[in-house]
Amino acid sequence: MHGIGAPSPRTWGEGAQAQCTQPAMRLKTFLLLCLLPLAIIVIAFFLIPMALLVVVGARGPTGLSAYAAILLEPRYRATLVNTVLLAAATTVATLAIATVAGIFLQRHRFPGRAVLVAFLTFPLAFPGVVVGFMIILLAGRQGLIGEITLALFGDKQVWAYSMVGLFLGYLYFSIPRVILTIMAAVEKLDPSLEEAARALGAGPWAVQRDVVLPALMPAFVASGAIAFATAMGAFGTAFTLATDIDVLPMLIYSEFTLSFNFAIAAALSVGLGLVTWAVLALARSLAGDTVAAAG
Amino acid sequence: MKNLRERTIFAAQLAFTLLVAAFLVVPAVRSMLAGVTESYFLGIRSGFTLQWVAEVWERYDATILRSFAIALATLAVTLVVGVPAAYALYVRGGRLARTVEEIITLPLAIPGLAIALALLQTYQGFGAFRRSSLFILVGHVIFTMPFMVRSVMAVLAATDIRALDEGAASLGASAWRRFRDVIVPNARGGILAGSLMVVTLSLGEFNLTLMLSTPLTMTLPVGLADAYASMRLEVASAYTLVFFVMIIPLLVAMQMFAGWSAARGGRR
Repeated sequence: MHGIGAPSPRTWGEGAQAQCTQPAMRLKTFLLLCLLPLAIIVIAFFLIPMALLVVVGARGPTGLSAYAAILLEPRYRATLVNTVLLAAATTVATLAIATVAGIFLQRHRFPGRAVLVAFLTFPLAFPGVVVGFMIILLAGRQGLIGEITLALFGDKQVWAYSMVGLFLGYLYFSIPRVILTIMAAVEKLDPSLEEAARALGAGPWAVQRDVVLPALMPAFVASGAIAFATAMGAFGTAFTLATDIDVLPMLIYSEFTLSFNFAIAAALSVGLGLVTWAVLALARSLAGDTVAAAG
Repeated sequence: MKNLRERTIFAAQLAFTLLVAAFLVVPAVRSMLAGVTESYFLGIRSGFTLQWVAEVWERYDATILRSFAIALATLAVTLVVGVPAAYALYVRGGRLARTVEEIITLPLAIPGLAIALALLQTYQGFGAFRRSSLFILVGHVIFTMPFMVRSVMAVLAATDIRALDEGAASLGASAWRRFRDVIVPNARGGILAGSLMVVTLSLGEFNLTLMLSTPLTMTLPVGLADAYASMRLEVASAYTLVFFVMIIPLLVAMQMFAGWSAARGGRR
């Protein structure tokens, strides 16, 4: 008898075919019909446009060298370096902050903990534009940090409309995501390993360094890659804070809408897409989990 | 001694975590308050008012309603196209299914700006389409589809759906009837989770939408950027408040649902 227990898809398909050829044929057609609309949408509105984008990037007045210009033209190269540095700084800072807070929240139970977790994760679905506005209210001209520094030191600090503001914005954006991943990973840690380390005489720091942090490595890779790719490609926050911040998405936007430099904009987009895709693919092969960038 | 040390560490960690929470929450609270106070500069003592919310509705009612319409249309398309596709991909399995899943997930790994540019380059010749809200809908469908498909596939994988499907088949049910009466009811958890995700993402999408929209087809987040750039702080805050009021119930529902299905999965 076929199909007792949990058959693999192949044996199941063959089983159905053996019983009765016609329903199996119908099933195949039915599955094809199920996939057809998706295939049409993805091909027409994603695969063909992306392929054309690659072509357009090479079809400008400079031809294929539009791609080389990303690395060779000093202005573009500086922007690329800026963007990568900003994304890397965001990733490192987010991981550090989220690890401390995430381990703490997962390891302790105290009144108000659930509210604290909710506070730390509620900005999850804020679009980049809203995050930009949050940073303006925090560190802008009428922001909280400005008021506090004015009261304390008589000097109003305004950070929002620069790289610092963008950095704060990406922290705001990434912390909720990374905290969730790290808390989930901490929950899965085996406490007996730490107990064993402690029984063997390891101090609290040694336990963290040699047992807890290595065990969290897959979570770091997965959530760090998301933070990095998001900070590379995010656009709304920079758009809200200032249009002259020197990062790659803003450069693409201004090349396209202000300079009408379609080939360069396309080439830069393809380059940016390749970088974020490669980072996420690498993280996935290392961490073995599903990894995707966000908004 | 050790107790004191542990307490100090606990207090330091708690203080740090509270500081991080304040970083996230304080600006949001300030923004919500600013949206309903008479004057941001004078603070709450200037009195509460709904005049800014009213002004937002007057100026941006079309963008808010358009966002709802696009979010619901995106949901409809991802349901009609995504759920059957998830079923087919799951049942078929193997290399082809994995490749298709990879491809439809690609839009999550590529910045929205790049996808929007690609769509613009390809369809700028189709003037009426390019100028309509349909163009935005297309972008949102591409961006949200992987969430629906993967959410449904995850539930199908967790339930022993093949055995059920086969049982129904051996009783002579046609493929369509099995899909309607066996697969969809059993996948409803994943469909609901995917739906919440799709609507939330569509309502907040900006990176694609800014490029795909025209001044006549602005959506809520594009309108927000417009308000941040050109309106007084109170109006910008009131608009943000409207967005929060719309999005936070969806987020709460999503988290409650995630907790509920995790508890259910744990018991299984």
